[in-house]
Amino acid sequence: MAVIRDVMPAFDLLQPGSAADAQKLLDQYREDAWVMAGGLDSFDWLKDRIKKPKVLVDLSGIDELKGIRQTGDGIEIGAMTTLTEIENHPVVKKDYGVLLQAVGLVASPQIRNQGTLGGNVSQDARCWYYRDGWPCYRAGGNICYADTPVGRNREHAIFGADRCVAVNPSDSAPALIALDAKFVIRSSKGERVVDAEDYFIGPDVDITHLTILQPGDLLTAIRIPGAWAGAKFYFEKVRDRNVWDFPLMNVASAMVISGGNIERIRLAVNAAAPRPMRLKSVEDAVRGKPANAATGEMAGKLAVQGAVPLQFNAYKIPLMRNLVKRAIGGAQEATWTS
Amino acid sequence: MDFITWATSPWGRSVPIHIAWYLMWLAVIAGLCFMIVHALYVIIVAPPKKFAKFAENAAPAKAEAIPERVPRHSLAARAFHWIMAASMLTLLITAFLPKMGVHFNWVLYHWIAGCVLTVSIVFHMIHASFYMDFWSIWPDKTDMRDATRRLLRFFGKPAPRPSRFAKYPLENKFYHGVIMLAALAVTVTGLFMMKRVETIFFTRNPYLFSDMTWGLMYVLHGLAGVGLIALVMVHVYMGVRPEKLPITKSMIFGWMSRDFYLEEHDPERWAVKDSSPSQEKRGYAASDAD
Repeated sequence: MAVIRDVMPAFDLLQPGSAADAQKLLDQYREDAWVMAGGLDSFDWLKDRIKKPKVLVDLSGIDELKGIRQTGDGIEIGAMTTLTEIENHPVVKKDYGVLLQAVGLVASPQIRNQGTLGGNVSQDARCWYYRDGWPCYRAGGNICYADTPVGRNREHAIFGADRCVAVNPSDSAPALIALDAKFVIRSSKGERVVDAEDYFIGPDVDITHLTILQPGDLLTAIRIPGAWAGAKFYFEKVRDRNVWDFPLMNVASAMVISGGNIERIRLAVNAAAPRPMRLKSVEDAVRGKPANAATGEMAGKLAVQGAVPLQFNAYKIPLMRNLVKRAIGGAQEATWTS
Repeated sequence: MDFITWATSPWGRSVPIHIAWYLMWLAVIAGLCFMIVHALYVIIVAPPKKFAKFAENAAPAKAEAIPERVPRHSLAARAFHWIMAASMLTLLITAFLPKMGVHFNWVLYHWIAGCVLTVSIVFHMIHASFYMDFWSIWPDKTDMRDATRRLLRFFGKPAPRPSRFAKYPLENKFYHGVIMLAALAVTVTGLFMMKRVETIFFTRNPYLFSDMTWGLMYVLHGLAGVGLIALVMVHVYMGVRPEKLPITKSMIFGWMSRDFYLEEHDPERWAVKDSSPSQEKRGYAASDAD
């Protein structure tokens, strides 16, 4: 349990100049290393003295991890590219609007200036029991303080909980899943590319991590294929404070509509489960149907099947139903129902 | 180096949360050490005897009465053993592979295997108590007397020759006692721990016990679990040793040969009862132990 606040523990600060050097350092120090991108997640942990790494690998000096490059098939965004840069990039604006909307709703302008895409998708859970240093499952303990009859779990999961009920807090994650993005991970064994939805893992698989990144792994880039460029996008984030806050839930969809009917669709929600959820069954159900309120209504009902609310978060079920409804039918067509 | 991992509860109390995971490797090393030491002992100090013809160990008339295939384990006993073995291996794999960095949905498989183990243990307790010779697996006075004799002879002291074993050798009985304690510890603690996860049996209740009691339960579960790593390693090693293969085969087929029986076992202590005519034809006989 943290007792000293705002005084960081001592660690060696390592500032590699290349991705290769960074990966080597991560491989050398493995569990003892802490990877820092924008620092917005890191400094919370460090200042609260809950995480006490031996070395901190600061990626901010690695230029090759920054910037947006056009490739033969879409774009590649360096993991250290700031959210503001993505928000202002002309190609993102033109072809990948759902990502633009998603990163534009992350926290505040100051945070978006500093925060990176790699950091946003790799940030840790925001459950306050966990962040406060309590010995919960996610921290390696044997209890979930949020999943008790009196636990404060208003922001927690309605799907996919397995001992831990914390949710993934990323806003960009569902947008990247909707865009069928690929995550490029570098390790001592070489480079591997995983689908966006496979980058995230739930507590059933690994209760102490939100992503598949293991010690020695470095997320270097996110590739967005051109297959969904210019599609009809929808992104909506619901949060307690619209000035800046983590999502109570968000939804992202990419649809290709032909003759008024949904020809292709990818749909994802986040903050509903410990990992961003791609709603494949909903995608299958709405494919070929008109993109209207009726289809959205059906999709919303289907999306929440199997939801298991905790003591204080049953509101998330109608929230998710309505968000999915609007993602299909559009905010104007689909009216909000409780 | 602490063998228990401690944490501070929200109320500021230091509580155990689980064992230190390096104990897992310690158990593996202990198991390997046992195998190496035992193998060297068998090779250098006491090579296994070759089977003597039954006539050398028993009066010919008595030996002739022993069927060629001596029944040792009933079908029910064998089924229990292999179901328990499968569930135990599943439990060990699902418990410790994630600690070695292999991630999968282990909790689900772990508690299902735990339920199978629990049911098989309950079955075994009833079966052993009412349908088998319950005392055959527990050390008796003759075992202790013979153990003392063996020890004295090992150190070159004069002592009468120890008698042959009853149905189970003494080390077998000790092993059974230790694995029984370990299995009961993981089963009982595991059943309580199921109250902390979603299962089809219980409603979750993490507040069933205090943090300290839960912590000690996790520690006991972990200690018994790592103990079982070494115990299972030793058991598998013994099961595949050439001189023990007849015993292993009897756990598969249910019987052992008359030669092996007369070589290793004392018909006075493990009597093979008279058999039915149909069994005699095939060389089977009923055992008092099954």
